[in-house]
Amino acid sequence: MTAAGGDTPLIAVSDLAASYGHIAALKPTSLHVAPGEFVTVLGPNGAGKTTLLRAMTRLIGSRGRVVFNGRDVSALRTHQLAKLGVIMVQEGRGLFGDMTVRENLMLGAYSLGGSAAEIERRFDEVFGLFPRLRERAGQVAASMSGGEQQMLAIGRALMAGPKLLILDEPSLGLAPKVAEEILSTLGELNKGGLGILLVEQKAPLALKLARRAYVLSSGYVRAELRTDEIRSHRDLALYYFN
Amino acid sequence: MTSRSIISIKAGRKPDGVVAVVALAAIVVMFAVVFWRGGYLVTVLQLAMIYGIFCLGLNFFMGYTGQASFGQNAFAAIGGYGSAILCVEFQWEPVLALIASMGVAGLAALVVGYPTLRLRGHYLAMATFALGLITYDISVQWTSLTQGYMGYSGIPPLGIGPFTIEDERLKLLCLVVLLLVGLWISHRLRDSRFGRALRAISGSESGAAALGIRVSRYKLVAFIIAALYASAAGSLFAHVVGFISPEVFGLQMVVVTFTMLYVGGVGTVYGPVIGAVVASLLPEIFRSTGRFQDIAYAAVLLLMLIFMPKGLSALTGSARPQPLDKAEG
Repeated sequence: MTAAGGDTPLIAVSDLAASYGHIAALKPTSLHVAPGEFVTVLGPNGAGKTTLLRAMTRLIGSRGRVVFNGRDVSALRTHQLAKLGVIMVQEGRGLFGDMTVRENLMLGAYSLGGSAAEIERRFDEVFGLFPRLRERAGQVAASMSGGEQQMLAIGRALMAGPKLLILDEPSLGLAPKVAEEILSTLGELNKGGLGILLVEQKAPLALKLARRAYVLSSGYVRAELRTDEIRSHRDLALYYFN
Repeated sequence: MTSRSIISIKAGRKPDGVVAVVALAAIVVMFAVVFWRGGYLVTVLQLAMIYGIFCLGLNFFMGYTGQASFGQNAFAAIGGYGSAILCVEFQWEPVLALIASMGVAGLAALVVGYPTLRLRGHYLAMATFALGLITYDISVQWTSLTQGYMGYSGIPPLGIGPFTIEDERLKLLCLVVLLLVGLWISHRLRDSRFGRALRAISGSESGAAALGIRVSRYKLVAFIIAALYASAAGSLFAHVVGFISPEVFGLQMVVVTFTMLYVGGVGTVYGPVIGAVVASLLPEIFRSTGRFQDIAYAAVLLLMLIFMPKGLSALTGSARPQPLDKAEG
């Protein structure tokens, strides 16, 4: 499989399927993200978006093939994928609330080992991107606002040096202005060459940033399209509900 | 900022100065008075120190890593019986017996923990509970090894070669030193890269795995560390009291140590020690109430848990903050 730009995909998923008991939450699904590409997955509630991401990163048991950077990683576990550079910001942020901002960020750099200089450099990068995190460095994560927590969740993922950043509903529970600010930061990161796969309920925001979109519904990919092909919300609704 | 300073920052957990100093002063004065006067309270504090060591280990697994174990008494039994058998039957040096027993307990934790720790939540709690029950049954039934309900007596006190610690006050002093060593190790590990990984697992196993942390391995290591502490506590009990029986390491131990851990503050550095001392002294304080002693003790414990759900260490500002809220941005 090749990406739109003709490159070898950064990640390519083939016939990925997952179930919760007898309920098939994700039916055999295929998608790919090219290096440096921004791809979004859209769909209504219960479409299987979160299941797709959790299956890709092996946070839940799944069937199907996952190839990352040309290597079959289907048999790897979550922590091994993270070490390869597949980093996910989970829905609800997944922060460690009793730890400080700095401790959370340090855990992001966990897979880098003990290289202090490298950790230092990444701290600077993250604080450059989210200056508010520098101000809050000594504050426990639980005491921050929702927007700051989301910045921290993304900052922590960046500390891991991701090759592919996967985000599950980063705007969830945020005020519209804050959500826009955070998503535009993702756009900047993508311009810097980072591959991004974004699951997002706020479709207009996601479509502004992404080059391609997959529309998921009832556990299936209903459509794969370039975002510039979607001309109106009505078009999107048609794809959503087939 | 240097990497050293990055690692040393632990903001948000700095003890409240005044309360911490007052608490520390009270503890020092209490120990000084008991040490000076001698008598029964020395024995009470000896047991508090031993339970404190046990709880420090339990805190590793339950507090830092956020897992449930109702079976750590099994490892205390391995420590106690290991020390008793090696010293009484084979005339080993107590210190060597203690270390060897810890090794056996660590190995047992590795063997038991590898399959067991795949379980989570209530299932893990039940599996570890079964481990404690099995060990108890072995200590009762395998009479040729453990002497069953009769128990083991004549266990020598701690010491090396010709130097043995027979004086009760010196025993207490020795236990205080050992507890402080255990506390220091716990403190250092908690704020190390390893400790942060454990606390991440406690916060969210999937979140930790998504950052590259090998959750199953870390849980196993925490379980083994807890077993080493429990075994050391069991050995120390044998050497300090000179007698052990299955009842010493039975269900009562599980209940008492859980009480201590939650009264002190689970997941905090000093909580296990504070809980062990307070929960050991409270029954003595209420001894004068005669038949109402247990009621008074239980009532105070209930009040503590209601009004200080984070444990007594919350008074020093070292407890965990509230869980993450879903605040709007």
